[in-house]
Amino acid sequence: MITSEDVRKISKLADVGIDDSEISEFTAQCSGILNYFAILDGLDQDVPFIRERYNVLRDDEVCPSLTQEESLQNAGHTEKGYFKAPRVM
Amino acid sequence: MKTLSFHPDDAVHAFITTIPHVSYGEGPLCGMTVAVKDNISTKGIETTCASRILKGYIPPYDAHVITLLRNAGAAIVGKTNMDEFGMGTTTENSAFGPTYNPLDHSRVPGGSSGGSAAAVAAGLVDCAIGSDTGGSIRCPAAFCGIVGLKPTYGRVSRYGLIAYANSLEQIGPMARDVGTLSRLFSVLAGYDRRDATSVDKPYTHTPCADIKGLKVGVPREFFGEGVNPQVADVVRQAIETLKSLGAQAIPCTIPSMKYALAAYYVTCTSEASSNLARFDGVRYGPPITSMKSWHDAFSDQRKAGFGKEVRRRIMLGTFSLAAGYYGRYYHKAQTARQMVRNDFDRIFKEVDVIAGPTMPDIAFKFGEKSDPLQMYLSDILTVPANLAGVPALSVPCGTVDSMPVGLQLIGRYFEEERIIDAAYAFEQEVA
Repeated sequence: MITSEDVRKISKLADVGIDDSEISEFTAQCSGILNYFAILDGLDQDVPFIRERYNVLRDDEVCPSLTQEESLQNAGHTEKGYFKAPRVM
Repeated sequence: MKTLSFHPDDAVHAFITTIPHVSYGEGPLCGMTVAVKDNISTKGIETTCASRILKGYIPPYDAHVITLLRNAGAAIVGKTNMDEFGMGTTTENSAFGPTYNPLDHSRVPGGSSGGSAAAVAAGLVDCAIGSDTGGSIRCPAAFCGIVGLKPTYGRVSRYGLIAYANSLEQIGPMARDVGTLSRLFSVLAGYDRRDATSVDKPYTHTPCADIKGLKVGVPREFFGEGVNPQVADVVRQAIETLKSLGAQAIPCTIPSMKYALAAYYVTCTSEASSNLARFDGVRYGPPITSMKSWHDAFSDQRKAGFGKEVRRRIMLGTFSLAAGYYGRYYHKAQTARQMVRNDFDRIFKEVDVIAGPTMPDIAFKFGEKSDPLQMYLSDILTVPANLAGVPALSVPCGTVDSMPVGLQLIGRYFEEERIIDAAYAFEQEVA
């Protein structure tokens, strides 16, 4: 069960914003879903993982990639060949 | 180069973007019209993932599958509607409005590749490509009465697929018949160095209808609680048809199904919360116009740009990965995922393919499932293949209330050939 305060906090952490009018709906829905996830509580955490993954590496050589112009073409704001983001402070 | 004109009568709203004049070259798919899900990057053609947050985004490069399709002579005629970022089972979660099921406009086409399925089923294109994270190719294929394949994880490059849940998703073919699906898949499969999970397993198979001796596992859980009994009956009949062609049906169980759906949703929302962090209005999408500082500006932008289901999943994923909850949710989900893999490994020692329904029910009416959890539960039969990474397809096998039912065939890793043969044998028999 999560509270409306939890939902406010998570929406802030995730930068997805939330309106006061949405809080009760999101709280009820997320609570219902997390209650369903509780089925995982009964699992033994010691089931060994079979890891078939390995890192795929290549030599550090320059390969064809996007030009600066192509990289910036979808940006709303650019300055001197850089992306321009909102102020941090 | 040759050209064709494409002006479909898109009464089902399958497309977000259509391309009126298309050039195409020579090759094995010469002149075949292909619709592409709008989360697959197409150079110079707007790619939105059916989200307001990517409105106006023009990819500067093609996804690997698009390069392959162009080199094979395919005519890419448009970008299809979908649930926003692939998050949904009905295509109702699109910023551009829903797609209609071509067989009954009061029903959903399934999702999230609903536009691709509807375009194929309505005869607007020869075939389509979609992406499948937890059933997003197979579900709409089942609901619209076409064939759809989720390949083995790694067999098709994901380079240029706008990521939602990387460890689960694959691009795959959709068509009206198994032969066309197989031809399309032979172009899509193969190694690409730009996808670190790519595996060098090309597909050069021609479907063969001889399935004598094929061992078909029939999991009890696929016919149990939550599955419409009429759908279950149609699929049992289809398995009888496979038996009449020389296959052998063997009962089996997948006990980890109990945990599969929760494991899937914890995993996909966790990956989504990370993947979708990049959509902040800085590098693509409508520009930020506010003078607010970093987090406030991003929050406003993302609240306005994402639909509710996307925000809900990002929040659930953020919660599952948060300090103090990680062990309870994400870690346990990975344990369950391993149990699903183990179940498939065990069963595939005894059988060649697994058969069951693709979806627990026929296509829903619009608005029928308004509660998110109820909607999630309808993915129960498709998510196990994504968790394990095994290939799975849906082939039409009958109707309930005049709506199509899909037979799902799941295979061993990199044995698409076998499930395609079984689907082909079935299709040839009932045609």
